[in-house]
Amino acid sequence: MPLAPERLPEAYRQMLIIRKFEETIRDLYQQGRIRGSFHPCVGQEATAVGGCWPLRRDDAMSCTYRGHGHALAKGLSPRAAMAEMLGKATGCCKGKGGSMHFTDIQNGVLVANAIVAAGLPHAAGFALAAQMQGSDRIALAFFGDGAVNQGVFHETMNLAVVWNLPLVLVCENNLYSEMTPYKETTSVHALRERAASYGMRAVGVDGNDVEQMYAAVEEAAARARQGEGPTFIEAMTYRLWGHMMGDPEVYRTREEVAQARENEPIVRLRRRLLALGHTAAELDRLEAEAAAVIDDALQFAESSPVPRPEEAFTDILI
Amino acid sequence: MAVMTYSQALNEALREEMRADPRVFVMGEDIGLYGGVFRVTQGLLAEFGPERVRDTPISEAAFIGMGVGAAMAGMRPVVELMFMDFALVAADQIVNQAAKLRYMSGGQVSVPIVIRAQQGGGRGNGAQHSQSFESWLAQVPGLKVVAPATPKDAKGLLKSAIRDGNPVIFIEHKLLYNTKGEVPEGELTIPIGKAEIKRPGRDITIVSFSRTLLFALEAAERLAQDGIEAEVVDLRTIEPLDMQTILESVRGTARLLIVQESHSNCGIGAEIIARVYEQAPEALVAPARRLGARHAPIPVAEALENAVLPQTTDIVRAVEEMF
Repeated sequence: MPLAPERLPEAYRQMLIIRKFEETIRDLYQQGRIRGSFHPCVGQEATAVGGCWPLRRDDAMSCTYRGHGHALAKGLSPRAAMAEMLGKATGCCKGKGGSMHFTDIQNGVLVANAIVAAGLPHAAGFALAAQMQGSDRIALAFFGDGAVNQGVFHETMNLAVVWNLPLVLVCENNLYSEMTPYKETTSVHALRERAASYGMRAVGVDGNDVEQMYAAVEEAAARARQGEGPTFIEAMTYRLWGHMMGDPEVYRTREEVAQARENEPIVRLRRRLLALGHTAAELDRLEAEAAAVIDDALQFAESSPVPRPEEAFTDILI
Repeated sequence: MAVMTYSQALNEALREEMRADPRVFVMGEDIGLYGGVFRVTQGLLAEFGPERVRDTPISEAAFIGMGVGAAMAGMRPVVELMFMDFALVAADQIVNQAAKLRYMSGGQVSVPIVIRAQQGGGRGNGAQHSQSFESWLAQVPGLKVVAPATPKDAKGLLKSAIRDGNPVIFIEHKLLYNTKGEVPEGELTIPIGKAEIKRPGRDITIVSFSRTLLFALEAAERLAQDGIEAEVVDLRTIEPLDMQTILESVRGTARLLIVQESHSNCGIGAEIIARVYEQAPEALVAPARRLGARHAPIPVAEALENAVLPQTTDIVRAVEEMF
């Protein structure tokens, strides 16, 4: 089932929340207020929203270090996310995970992973558990084009088919595996072709179109829930910012990025909503709402306490 | 009391826990139809079916990673690594994932997975099938590491490991599987983190675990004929380390030798000695010593392998040199 047109304004608002979250983090990073790494997902908001919205709250989603959008779209509160970025005790991981390990188990956000492809078997294991428990829960894993050259990606693809797991594998192909064009290091360029050798159903989708993305994942999720096994979805997208803060982006031209901005998901959805008859004022209001959500999150994070040093030694073991 | 082999004791532990708890299932290479290379899972497929006794492809990273995912989703996977050496193929899933997900999530998830693996040499299996990694693994916060030496401890500790809410590396030894021992009838659990004095003595403390514990007991027998009464402490758990039992023993004997089959260099023996000097510097009358594999890969030819791995005679000699 496609995303109902009446939900498109809400999708627009959610995508803007993600975008503004990332913009705020960039500002904080530049002010030296964020420690460690930050891998922005600007330009990839449609895969996050279109990928997570078809899931139920009790379905699991595993994502990567470029996973702020995924976690927010699956239900992580912007307050807990922002507080985690600022290393506060109220952060979703109490300041122990940071940017690359957002987790919200109540909303099915499995621990985001900083090792490329390592989250795939976690989602598959969750799917296996659901299958063994006789539940109709499913799992979805997000990963990038770089992950398809990792061994555990291939191992998981194989087992997912052998065990007919209720699993959706979403490859966000943003054309660059970190700082290297994926075509230079990958033997096939339509990554969905990799699924064929495992006998896995595969589809390609324009990942910058939230409606296409939603429809593809919705269908894959429904199949998984009905016992029809895993699907590989290759979602074409583009990372508008660098791999991380401070990336000089020598591997691509300004023209390429400028062109990509014409086709980025928020701009596209705005065009679509205007065409559907929504007014610019209405869309601006949604944008103001998204900004307010992030302002509130930042205020919450700033006013939250830092963790006590003793907290470094809790949550290691049960 | 029933007399059974180490393999049979492990098999009983798995069977009992699988009967008692539907969340428990086993995965690994050749563990179903074949029954496991060391027969530990023999008969489980017939009793519990292919849903709960899963033959996997030779994909250690994926099936350990899936065990981690299933554990986060409320299952109790017991995953078998056919050889400890293969842990390196799945090292990311063990060290970066299983051990850290609870911490990184701020305590939101737990990973109650048991990774069973047999390690060690003595059988001519060569450099990629004979290594011992308990000292490495004990360095990783977030893992418990267990290495029983007797059938009774094997059964009781495996049951405790399966019930534990944390990732537990359960280390077996390829040359212990056919050793026999008494195992009490009925419910048996042995607490993780508790060493046991396997032989009391007043003259020297020998700390060991896994197969070299049997060597230490044999050495103690020989030393007794020369009038040296060695107290043999079986660590049973490598992490968390039961320093209390070690310190109590050392305070009684004033001498300490650690015997491990893994490489001595940067090993658990060095750690124990450091802690004894930190926590009870007055206790020893002679410098503590350690015996472990010498700094070479494990070779195949018997004469070579015996030169690398510690033997009973090495223990006897080391103890004699300490008096």
